[in-house]
Amino acid sequence: MSSEPGSHEDMSEDNLPSERAHDAHHGAVAVAGDAFADPGLPAHLPRRQDLDEQAAKHSERVVAGLFVLSMLATIGFIASYVTLKPGKIVYIFPVGHVSALNFALGLTLGLALFCIGAGAVHWARTLMSDVETPAERHPIEASPEVRAQVIADFKQGAAESQFGRRKLIRNTMFGAMAMVPLSGLVLLRDLGPLPGKSLRTTAWRKGMTLINPNTNLPLRPEDITTGSLTFAQPPGLSEDDDDFQDVIAKAALMIVRIEPDEIKDKRELDWGHQGIVAFSKICTHVGCPISLYEQQTHHVLCPCHQSTFDLADGGRVIFGPAGHALPQLRISVNGSGYLEALGDFAEPVGPSFWERG
Amino acid sequence: MKKLSARRRHPLAALVVLLFALAATGGLYAAFAPADKAQADTSSQSLAIQEGQKLYSVGCATCHGTSGKGTKTGPSLVGVGSAAVDFQVGTGRMPAQQQGPQIPEKKAIYNQAQVDQLAAYIASLGPGPVKPTSQQYSPDGADIANGGQLFRTNCSQCHNASGKGGALTEGKYAPSLENAPPKYIYEAMLTGPQNMPSFPDSTMPQKDKKDIIAYLGATDSDKAANPGGLELGGIGPVSEGLFGWVFGLGALIALAIWVATHTTKARKS
Repeated sequence: MSSEPGSHEDMSEDNLPSERAHDAHHGAVAVAGDAFADPGLPAHLPRRQDLDEQAAKHSERVVAGLFVLSMLATIGFIASYVTLKPGKIVYIFPVGHVSALNFALGLTLGLALFCIGAGAVHWARTLMSDVETPAERHPIEASPEVRAQVIADFKQGAAESQFGRRKLIRNTMFGAMAMVPLSGLVLLRDLGPLPGKSLRTTAWRKGMTLINPNTNLPLRPEDITTGSLTFAQPPGLSEDDDDFQDVIAKAALMIVRIEPDEIKDKRELDWGHQGIVAFSKICTHVGCPISLYEQQTHHVLCPCHQSTFDLADGGRVIFGPAGHALPQLRISVNGSGYLEALGDFAEPVGPSFWERG
Repeated sequence: MKKLSARRRHPLAALVVLLFALAATGGLYAAFAPADKAQADTSSQSLAIQEGQKLYSVGCATCHGTSGKGTKTGPSLVGVGSAAVDFQVGTGRMPAQQQGPQIPEKKAIYNQAQVDQLAAYIASLGPGPVKPTSQQYSPDGADIANGGQLFRTNCSQCHNASGKGGALTEGKYAPSLENAPPKYIYEAMLTGPQNMPSFPDSTMPQKDKKDIIAYLGATDSDKAANPGGLELGGIGPVSEGLFGWVFGLGALIALAIWVATHTTKARKS
């Protein structure tokens, strides 16, 4: 604080300890004992409740009142559960149209719990003893006699159990304990089996019609107008099938119609039918379903990580973390005038994987 | 012919030509006038088209061109149909205040009668989706559960599973569908306004559109029940968790600090 001699003169007296400031000139600083001495506990101050019995009684009533309120809230909880019908909707100002039962149960249970806590806190702060008592630290090591006794007891127990003598028991016990973790190890099998070739193929085959999931009917080219968005799935697929999710997760299609002269990619035009093009609905980044299609820009946005694909340019990635273009399904029109697939996708759909190459 | 040619510079030649022209005009008018009378029963329609054309010339032609064929700043309106006009002008999106990634909804400038006149004029430019009747879009008797399923497969990718809308690329967005009138939901699905793709009747039949409208009416209106209470924007578990951590836990911490900073001692130190 006063590294320069005499600098205290420039300082405000308020910021300096008064004794030091005056004694520094005389070179006789009176150090008041040990600077690091234990200051001890501050003097205990009584609370109003300690001095005034009237105040203590008031505190008691407040605590008891909170506990009674909690009891009433619990009764309210039971009463709401019994009387209110689950379907009843009421309007409560900031919350809106809510279920009366949900609201009443939450409110009463919350009040019951809060009042117990608030009562306990108020009780502890105003009525329970608040006299500070120091608890000195002491060594946690046991005395030598106790330690000797424990070791002796252990040795006696080991001898009496005949653990060292009956080796059959000892070895089979070790064997049993070593085997138990195997159960957990075997369950890791559920992480498999490895996907094998299944990631490379989808349910699409040559000649399959494109089924509109809205109507469950095959799509015709004239159904699909320019600027519209339609989804499609392979025929014979039902949401009740066990493997529905596995199949649709790879085979889902989105179908758009773009004016042929707006399509920049020659192969895309060839693989479609008069500007009707079918693309995989699965993002090539981590496999989110993407169908946020903007009909004027022909961009498709993935909502997960904002990968953006240009459906007018072969599904090219124009933004975001996706690694490759959106796979296109080759389609044509069959003899009966319905759209059909000309085979499976030419490349694996969805996210990349180690062996994809 | 020679005689006529010789007199072509006669002072009265201009007068003669004028008389011939007037006679021809009068004759042509007389020939077509009865046809106009025969069309008298559609006069209200043609009147609407005329009135619509007047409104169009004033409010729309700057961007969409005097004949509705579009310019660099506005697309062609040939074939967009009366449904598109009713949606765009009825919701106030058109006439647009300025160019931008997306033309926002605002207070409608034209009243419904004027919108209908504009729609009649645009519909006369070329066939397109027709403005639906209230029977087509009324949610009465529709299958709400089926509507929910259709909404989740066809609409939720952009408009959010609870219809609250969401962001698209480069400043575009899918608007919230809260309290959206059934007519405009129907027209939007039918015509695909701005960057929204259309869902024509050929791929999404009228009944499916009705079901979707009924679903939205049951879940996304002011009167829709929300049994869980505060929906916090309905944008998903992240906002709900964040609200719990920030405001719920925050309130508990504030209460604990308030308790600890208030001494119970009789003599305040």
